[in-house]
Amino acid sequence: MDAIRTEALTKHYTVGFWRPRPYLALDGLTLQVGQGEVFGFLGPNGAGKTTTLKLLMQLIYPTSGRAEILGKPVGDVGVKRRIGYLPEQPYFYDYLTAEELLEYFAALFGFAAGERRRRTAALLDEVGIGAERRLPLRKFSKGMLQRVGIAQALINEPELVFLDEPMSGLDPLGRREIRQLILRLRDRGCTVFFSSHVLADAETLCSRVAILAKGRLAAEGRLSDMIAFEIRGWELVVSGLTESALKEMQEHGLVRGATRLAEGRYALELPLTPRPEETTAALVARGAALVSLTPVRDTLEDFFVRQVSGSTGSRFRETA
Amino acid sequence: MSVIGHVAVNVFKESVRDKILYNLVVFAVLLISASYLIGELTAGQDVKIIKDLGLASISIFGLLIAIFIGIGLVWKEVEKRSIYTLLAKPIRRQEFLLGKYFGLVLTLVINVAVMTAAFYLVLAYMQAETPPNIRAAWPAPATDPAMLKAVALIMLELLLVTAIALFFSTFSSPFLSAMMTMAVWVIGHFNQDLRDYGATISSPVAAALAKGVYYVVPNFAAFDVKLQVVHAQAIPLRYLLLTSLYGATYVALVLLAAAIIFSRRDFK
Repeated sequence: MDAIRTEALTKHYTVGFWRPRPYLALDGLTLQVGQGEVFGFLGPNGAGKTTTLKLLMQLIYPTSGRAEILGKPVGDVGVKRRIGYLPEQPYFYDYLTAEELLEYFAALFGFAAGERRRRTAALLDEVGIGAERRLPLRKFSKGMLQRVGIAQALINEPELVFLDEPMSGLDPLGRREIRQLILRLRDRGCTVFFSSHVLADAETLCSRVAILAKGRLAAEGRLSDMIAFEIRGWELVVSGLTESALKEMQEHGLVRGATRLAEGRYALELPLTPRPEETTAALVARGAALVSLTPVRDTLEDFFVRQVSGSTGSRFRETA
Repeated sequence: MSVIGHVAVNVFKESVRDKILYNLVVFAVLLISASYLIGELTAGQDVKIIKDLGLASISIFGLLIAIFIGIGLVWKEVEKRSIYTLLAKPIRRQEFLLGKYFGLVLTLVINVAVMTAAFYLVLAYMQAETPPNIRAAWPAPATDPAMLKAVALIMLELLLVTAIALFFSTFSSPFLSAMMTMAVWVIGHFNQDLRDYGATISSPVAAALAKGVYYVVPNFAAFDVKLQVVHAQAIPLRYLLLTSLYGATYVALVLLAAAIIFSRRDFK
């Protein structure tokens, strides 16, 4: 059984008052996510990621197509007991404290008072909300609300969590903590479906990704199938390099391209062969000093840009 | 407790934290100062005026809470998107709606109960302070328990107004919802006139329209027995029961319509 399964899931919105036209927010999305996967749902802003998540949470109804979660149609109350959801830029009842909010949500799952308190305390510890848990949420920063949002999504120890832009609003430390949390969830056997436009997150976390562009699925598959992890070349940063030495290296094909950086330094693009040791030695012999050497790999970003820029067409469906 | 109960308690908590219950202080101050002033100005009639004023205030304060909190109950959740996390929990949309309704009803019951208690306290004080010869001229004692019948019907009216405000708030903005709820309330008070409208005008279209509105809009005048209790006229139990049945049926129908609309709505 798949954790998530959608078949030709489509959502139109009607836009325009005098001349209403259907706008394709999501166009025929067919997707399967297996249990235990960390699945990255990627795409630029406005690609239809949030629309898909709202359809899966039955906050909106599809125009056509169908979706199942854990083998049951979306909206099934039994399924809701087994999932967690963090919306994009979550907002909660700001007159409640973080503790009260989590206990309220735990009550909706039917947990007894003692169990509600235990889960609330453990989760707030896990997401790093300390003494602030007794403050009303209206006093919380965006990053802290995001942490509370993640905690509430996990209140029922779900088998499957949907996280809509979980890293948004977090500082670098917070992002790292959430990445670690997602990996811990994966290790517990929880399926994680998260949307993001930050590709670095997906690269570190996901076993599979789908890329959405203009409401359509642009690509889907294992990261290793999408991007080659082999080294494509090298980036060498040197200082003290003269113009004539650079020209000479380029004529010999040792340097493919050069970018002048600050303080007389150059970033040089080296081919895969010959080995960078030879080029480096030649440069040093011409009076340059080595600053750094980095291997250049194909990134998800390169792949993403290719896919997204390749998708064309209007999202307005013409009416006859 | 059921999920409906948990949602209701949360609504009540919100109204407490948003200081809605402060209106009780305003009510008490208004009533006590009015009774003092009226006591100074009139002789013998003051207890009747205080009864009138007290019952009218309970009704108006309740109405303001029912309308102005009722219209925001669902709208605020959708607008601020707090509904997204809530509906992902094991709760049906209808249960959410009922929880919201009963939460405001709980707020109203507590409000009306406290206002009624304050009202009776003021009246008991007046009774104790009035000489027996003046008291003898009153049609009913100051703390006449029959006034509780009027309070019960006010409460019933508030249950219906809350349901109507909630109904509008499932699909419309707070401003529009407030206007429509108030319009229904005002028209509902002149419902009898609408029924008899056909006899006074010649246009059959207008008469049919008036009749249509008469059938759709609840007859709010039926819940108003303030004048009768103040003048110590009897309110038969049968009237109370029938009006309660009428009110309960309307509440159920309005909530059903709200649930149907709400369960089909997209939260964009």
